[in-house]
Amino acid sequence: MTGLHLELACSGEGDFKLELNTQLPDRGVTAIYGPSGSGKSTLLDCIAGFRQPDVGSKLRFREEAWFGHGRATPPWLRNVGYVFQDARLFPHLTVEQNLEYAAKRATRGTAPSLDDVMHWLDITRLKCHAPASLSGGERQRVAIGRALLSAPQLLLLDEPVANLDRRARQQCLGYLQALVAELALPTLYVSHDIEEVSQLADYVLLLDEGRATDQGSLLELCSQLDNRLSQQEQAAAILLCTVGRQDAEFGLTELLVEEQTLQVAQQRQNEGQQRRLRVPARDVSVCRERPADTSILNILPVELVEIEPGADTRVMIRLALGSQYLLARITRKSVSQLQLKVGDRLYAQIKSAALMRSAHEDED
Amino acid sequence: MLLSSAELDALWLTVALATVTTIILLLLGTPLAWWLARTRNKWPALIEAAVAMPLILPPTVLGFYLLLMFAPDTALGRAWQQFTGTQLAFSFSALVIGSVIYSLPFVVQPLQGAFQRVPDGLLQAAASLGAKPLDQFVSVVLPMTRSSFVTAASLGFAHTVGEFGVVLMIGGNIPGETQVLSIALYDYVESLQFEEAHRLAAGLVVFSALLLIWLYRNDRRESWRMRA
Repeated sequence: MTGLHLELACSGEGDFKLELNTQLPDRGVTAIYGPSGSGKSTLLDCIAGFRQPDVGSKLRFREEAWFGHGRATPPWLRNVGYVFQDARLFPHLTVEQNLEYAAKRATRGTAPSLDDVMHWLDITRLKCHAPASLSGGERQRVAIGRALLSAPQLLLLDEPVANLDRRARQQCLGYLQALVAELALPTLYVSHDIEEVSQLADYVLLLDEGRATDQGSLLELCSQLDNRLSQQEQAAAILLCTVGRQDAEFGLTELLVEEQTLQVAQQRQNEGQQRRLRVPARDVSVCRERPADTSILNILPVELVEIEPGADTRVMIRLALGSQYLLARITRKSVSQLQLKVGDRLYAQIKSAALMRSAHEDED
Repeated sequence: MLLSSAELDALWLTVALATVTTIILLLLGTPLAWWLARTRNKWPALIEAAVAMPLILPPTVLGFYLLLMFAPDTALGRAWQQFTGTQLAFSFSALVIGSVIYSLPFVVQPLQGAFQRVPDGLLQAAASLGAKPLDQFVSVVLPMTRSSFVTAASLGFAHTVGEFGVVLMIGGNIPGETQVLSIALYDYVESLQFEEAHRLAAGLVVFSALLLIWLYRNDRRESWRMRA
């Protein structure tokens, strides 16, 4: 089902031009991912109505035409929630008054109650505070709450955690993750941080210099070899896992993926819950025999399905694990020495550090 | 009795003129200042210059041109006569029009500066929450610039109380109609009544000093609050 229908051209500073001709899904979190200056914020501003695209552009959300045929719906009628990188709380109002500001003007749809929002985001105790007295993370949580209380039909998040320290960032992402799942609100999430994207997004639009270079579901895109996600240093595959048994003695949690078991640092989630695990390609290596007597805990039987062509020192290979995929970045020399070819049955070893760290961050 | 009845008339007239002028200035000056602060085309420089003219022009120049415009044989003078049945020149209404033009920069400039300091981003945030432009202005801009409105209104009021040249040119010196305090003072001096002149002059000095002290204290408090 199509949510946003975009036929956009928008000229920016200098010779920059955003040119997009695409459709984005009506549900879940769509990450708009790209380096600074790729047009991410320009796109969001066009969607919100703060910036007019060039004549001839078309912008539609569900059945509503927002731009085109000589008409533009003003921002206040688009019913779009916008969370800015810099929060933009009203400085002359308290936290509670900022939230009420949105609730009072919510004319369409059903907004959650003020109390619920404050409870979800854990800002109830801040309600009489002035925005200037809040920490960065608190400010963003209030901004998220304010956007939700306007009963939006589409939520836009413009790098909402980019200005926060690591701890506040993880906390804020946790709240966001729970909220977008709970409210089933279509969300566009602008980011240049792949960790955030892989934690939140269902769908990804890759932007570069004003153009879409690729788009698709996160899991698909992350396991392909021929797009920018897999070409960067921090390329990683994402596995969908189910939380399994806790191993309190060693401080580990088992994650079940495709009938295999992974052991990661202890998780807060309960047994049976779904979880995404990001496995960086540089932390995966392969061998022909299952190694014995190794300190590496996580060894998975996989099938080699693709080898990146090219003459670089290191190449990326794609490994099938049941219906999911892992990526491994290994040297071209290893490919040659092991005589790797598509269809080989191999064992993938995942460096513990990778899984211990990502699991630990969630604990924050 | 501290003041004679003629002086009381002049005082009352001065206060009435300053009050009416201030109200009109706020009504005209607010949208004008908003437009100047927000518009992106090239016209504002021209309008800004026109608004600021009274700051450097001798009041008598302004008064001279206004007097010519208000004469009964001009288009404006005739139209006024037709609609109100009274003459425009040498009337209270003429004083109000002259004062509005003369004090315009004192109201527009502080408001324009304050409006420019309200970040665009806050208005975008308000718009995304469903606030229409007038709602954005009332719910975000007004409360954030309240102290500048106090400053603008006080300066407009005080400057009108202090004007002389324009009033003399277009108002003449009609007791109860156009004879304001500054004119009454001039009269006393002309007729060598220095005792009465002293009384009015000292009164105006005290009024101006008190108003300015209050204004600057207000301003200082505001800047402390912004810093806090």
